[in-house]
Amino acid sequence: MIKVTIDDVEVEVAEGTSILNAARTIGGEVVPPAMCYYSKLPGTGGKCRTCLVEVAAGSAKDPRPMPKLVASCSTPVQDGMVIKNKTSERVHENRGAVVEFLLINHPLDCPICDQAGECHLQDLGFVHGAEKTRYEEERRTFDPIDIGNKIKLHMNRCILCYRCVAVANQLTDKRVHGVLHRGEHAEISTYIESAVENDFSGNMIDVCPVGALTDKTFRFKSRVWFLKPMEAECECTKCSGKAVVWQFGNEIYRVTARKDRYGEVEDQDGKPGWICNDCRFDKKDLSKWNIIGPRTIDRHSVISQGHYQSPRTSTKKLK
Amino acid sequence: MGRRLLLEHDNVPGIETFDVYRKNGGYRSVEKALKSMSPELVLEEVQKSGLRGRGGAGFPTGMKWSFLAKPEGVPRYLLCNADESEPGTFKDRYLMEKIPHLLIEGMIVSSFALGANQSYIYIRGEYMWVLDILEKAIAEAYAKGFLGKNILGSGYDLDLSVAPGGGAYICGEETALIESLEGKRGNPRMKPPFPAVKGLYGCPTVVNNVESIAAVVPIVNDGGEEYAKIGLGKSTGTKLISACGNLARPGVYEIEMGITVEEFIYGDDYCRGIANGKKLKACVPGGSSVPILPHYLVTKTAAGEDRLMTYESLADGGFASGSMLGSGGFIVFDEDQCIVRNTWNFARFYAHESCGQCSPCREGTGWMEKVLHRLEHGHGNMRDIDLLAEINKKIEGNTICPLGDAAAWPVAAAIRHFRDEFEWHVNEREESQKRNYGLIREPQSIA
Ligand SMILES: Cc1cc2nc3c(=O)[nH]c(=O)nc-3n(C[C@H](O)[C@H](O)[C@H](O)COP(=O)(O)O)c2cc1C
Ligand code: SF4
Ligand code: SF4
Ligand code: FES
Repeated sequence: MIKVTIDDVEVEVAEGTSILNAARTIGGEVVPPAMCYYSKLPGTGGKCRTCLVEVAAGSAKDPRPMPKLVASCSTPVQDGMVIKNKTSERVHENRGAVVEFLLINHPLDCPICDQAGECHLQDLGFVHGAEKTRYEEERRTFDPIDIGNKIKLHMNRCILCYRCVAVANQLTDKRVHGVLHRGEHAEISTYIESAVENDFSGNMIDVCPVGALTDKTFRFKSRVWFLKPMEAECECTKCSGKAVVWQFGNEIYRVTARKDRYGEVEDQDGKPGWICNDCRFDKKDLSKWNIIGPRTIDRHSVISQGHYQSPRTSTKKLK
Repeated sequence: MGRRLLLEHDNVPGIETFDVYRKNGGYRSVEKALKSMSPELVLEEVQKSGLRGRGGAGFPTGMKWSFLAKPEGVPRYLLCNADESEPGTFKDRYLMEKIPHLLIEGMIVSSFALGANQSYIYIRGEYMWVLDILEKAIAEAYAKGFLGKNILGSGYDLDLSVAPGGGAYICGEETALIESLEGKRGNPRMKPPFPAVKGLYGCPTVVNNVESIAAVVPIVNDGGEEYAKIGLGKSTGTKLISACGNLARPGVYEIEMGITVEEFIYGDDYCRGIANGKKLKACVPGGSSVPILPHYLVTKTAAGEDRLMTYESLADGGFASGSMLGSGGFIVFDEDQCIVRNTWNFARFYAHESCGQCSPCREGTGWMEKVLHRLEHGHGNMRDIDLLAEINKKIEGNTICPLGDAAAWPVAAAIRHFRDEFEWHVNEREESQKRNYGLIREPQSIA
């Protein structure tokens, strides 16, 4: 085990742990925001740069500070490392700049975006964003492309986190989509516009931190904060069948995987709880599901302000 | 004219063929190394030579080689970076075009030193005809027993192939190069792990510039100590400089490190001054990624000393009043050139070449390009100048690979030294569309 200090809190973690994951063992505000890293998808991270932290001392052996801010999601801890996240002015300043970069070309069409309310970029902008934009140019737009009848790609909102590419690489048998072009013209696209159809492709929607990939069977039906998230189970041969159904009255509006406070799918039966497309897109009938009870949304976001709190956390939240 | 170790025979007719090259002393280093030296001994000579990477960063080659991991039963690779896409840099092309066997010879000795049995030359996709030249030369080397199995009966095997690049500047970044060589999109990798531990196909890999590898040949022939006698301090040996812009005699020159910048620009052996009798306005001494210097800081440092063609002297004064030797792409501007336009041109290049992986570079390079475009075309505001300075500070150091820095530095330096000219574009919109600003005045003292 290795000892590290993050924002004056000391923790012990296993060797090889990233700074971000070490911070997650502490929880709360010492955890840097992560827009591209996804612990259930090996190889992700390093791209968005929102998780930058300051390393005030490299290790017990070599206590020199690191000159640059480092991406906490892809930098392993060293014994005796001292890290500053919320306590670092530099981090605040540069994270603010990263958020500004992510927003300059973002359409800011939250009023008509299905992700609103559970969008990580919205949350990030709320905490680190500026009130006014300094961007005077025209925002970048892409020609819309159709990637099939279940998933809607809205490229203008994409932050190029590459998580969906990792899903396609790691969860589906044949990746037909990826990143085309370079620089600010880089875009998510399908290989000669072939449809993304695979039993597990729908998980792209769950990993997408913004409204770039949304569920066509749910589009424009309701704002997410009007829905009741319920933990539910069904018999499924393809996946664990453990999901969250989002109800409006007795109607199921959409189905998602069970996600934690970082927006990552929770483990089910010791494996990441990805759900299959049948469960996500086709089982919209309450009779297909066994409802377990209200789902707590443990995230700093409007959806966690829902009227249904599970008894497990309601007392804590009331304080 | 100083000593020429690499380009000594560049004008010998037929030097691109094996026989002529061999007659002029070619492949001696392979015989020497394979027959009388151990790989460790070659490494030692390279360390002694003080050779520093010629690809831009100037990292000591011997040290880089010594970091190569050597796990049992795992192949190691040497990759030659011939992607040369930095604006202003065209020295590697000249070397490969003229004396392809020098690079091949260097590859053989270097691969031997590193214990690599398969090596690649990753060449810029736009250099297709050079690729043909190299392939022809490689075929000759195979035929003469300098490549393939059991080279010169030494028991050492080496296969060498040329791979055409993916057509992007970013593929010159060493980890993007590796990705591209593996057949993937040329996105730089996160480091660590470094290529010396996990490179091509996850195996230990060294990536070196064409010129660095070629320099190993004279180092092995004459010994590292002999090589280190040329140059000054930590800038040893000779360096290829590709000089371009408003020079009377632009071209590729091999210089002994340590000559003065003054001599290089104005000397008869080199560029022979500014073309058409004009005055020097500014100079980018190491390829488009390094800070631009105003005329009064080109031949003299801020302290008033002679500026020399060395890693140290060109960097003297840090970013406040210095620059970098970089890749040796020496770009000279005369009094008629517009710095705002040039800065915009560079910014456009970086915006176009960013791989788009990380947000500060993807968004920031595009943003800078647009703001500079406005300024240059007479639609800018004063606050845009500060905004630019602000944007590039937020890109610098916050990205995955150094392309972000390379995009930020030139803009920062242009504003630092030529702020007047940027302001003039705002204050005299119409005037600035019709004529150029001209020379800037030399400040009384440089802080
Ligand atoms: C964006 C970018 C482009 C680069 N292009 C080249 C190139 O074209 N040729 C080159 O030799 N090095 C290039 N480099 C530097 C390489 O990453 C690497 O440092 C170099 O090849 C190492 O060789 P050396 O140690 O012999 O200099 C580039 C670096 C960056 C960040
Ligand atoms: S579509 Fe979504 S998941 Fe895919 S790269 Fe863009 S933001 Fe990330
Ligand atoms: S700095 Fe630019 S070129 Fe380098 S990885 Fe990031 S986006 Fe790509
Ligand atoms: S989460 Fe670390 S860089 Fe995106």
